[in-house]
Amino acid sequence: MKALAVIVYRDLLLAARQGSATLLVLAFFVITVTLFPLGLGPAPGVLALAAPGVLWVAALLSALIALDRLFQADLEDGSLEQIALSGLPLELVVLAKAAAHWLSTGLPLVAVSPLLALTLNLPADGYLALIAAMLLGTPALSLIGSIGAALTANLRRGGVLLSLLVLPLYLPVLIFGVLTVEAAVSELAVRPYLLIMLAGFCGAVALAPWATAAALRLALE
Amino acid sequence: MTLQAEALACVRGERAVFAGLEFSLGAGHALVLKGPNGAGKSSLLRLLATLLTPAAGRITWDGVDIRDDLERHRRRLAYVGHQDALKANLTVAENLRFWSRLATGRAVVSPALDVFGISALADVPTRLLSAGQRRRAALARLEVATAELWLLDEPDASLDDQGLEQLSAVIDRQLRRGGRVVVATHHEIGDASTTVLRLGDAANA
Repeated sequence: MKALAVIVYRDLLLAARQGSATLLVLAFFVITVTLFPLGLGPAPGVLALAAPGVLWVAALLSALIALDRLFQADLEDGSLEQIALSGLPLELVVLAKAAAHWLSTGLPLVAVSPLLALTLNLPADGYLALIAAMLLGTPALSLIGSIGAALTANLRRGGVLLSLLVLPLYLPVLIFGVLTVEAAVSELAVRPYLLIMLAGFCGAVALAPWATAAALRLALE
Repeated sequence: MTLQAEALACVRGERAVFAGLEFSLGAGHALVLKGPNGAGKSSLLRLLATLLTPAAGRITWDGVDIRDDLERHRRRLAYVGHQDALKANLTVAENLRFWSRLATGRAVVSPALDVFGISALADVPTRLLSAGQRRRAALARLEVATAELWLLDEPDASLDDQGLEQLSAVIDRQLRRGGRVVVATHHEIGDASTTVLRLGDAANA
């Protein structure tokens, strides 16, 4: 779909021009994770045990940071109604915007997560599983998050409400993301967990755009 | 081929803005909306753009209710509202190229920039533009998309005399090629092919 590529391209161009969103998300991720070695002390056993959970919780929170402006900026300057009037189904627009959001914030998170895993002393067996789980989990975070972003697009200080709405929906990603890495570390089969993550990702692709588009229609009224 | 409103009513919040509104608009004709603030000029334009839903009555294109095929109606219209829909960190050309690609798949924007005399600003980020220059960039969107129906909500806001002339010329050209224009304005626009619709008289009575 060419029109989708046009929207993804514009959002990436905007993200590159502003630059701050990607850097902010990454900085938040890095700082949150590096707090744990300081807070938990240098005992390597403790850190390694906590590593999968710490990485995922930090990723979840970081994914929220750039979410509140996902639709708000376009709603405020009239772009969103113009995009809606282009005749493109809003569901596809949502898919394009979530894809751009993931490329500019989710993918960088995946890229730095092995480095942060190193600082947490994650056992060597866990790295591949961590990257695979993050690759499946973070797009789901962008998609699920888009529902909250659309619901709070009209609110001036929607950020906190957005977190409250979206974090409970992130729980399955957190639970299975951590389980995937833990399974790899304890040399159990990783495949079933990855398949569940894949199912979650497919479910998010199939359902989130409809919910988000419905919320956007309300916001546009 | 006519655009027609039948017993159209609009309610915003709890307030009835207008009711029983009727008009029809043929190819090559313009409808100018006049009336005091709050008379429903913007609301009527948003109804025609399908951004609002009528409280009663319907709007038809060739006898078919526009809400029966939203996507088709949306593809034949171009709407310029109060907001300029420009991204502050993109240049004028980048902004227009985006709307052009979205509407037609092509990205030829320099003729549209010429029409409104903003070619020299093509590579300037829109955050550095004046209000009038931004408005010209927003209006240039009309020229990159080839829409049959133009819906213009006070397009002349913050335009200078030269800008007004360019706008009139563009509207005349749209009418000559058989397009339709509905425009809310406090200025005089158009010629003999223009019908004036006064809003707000009934509401005040």
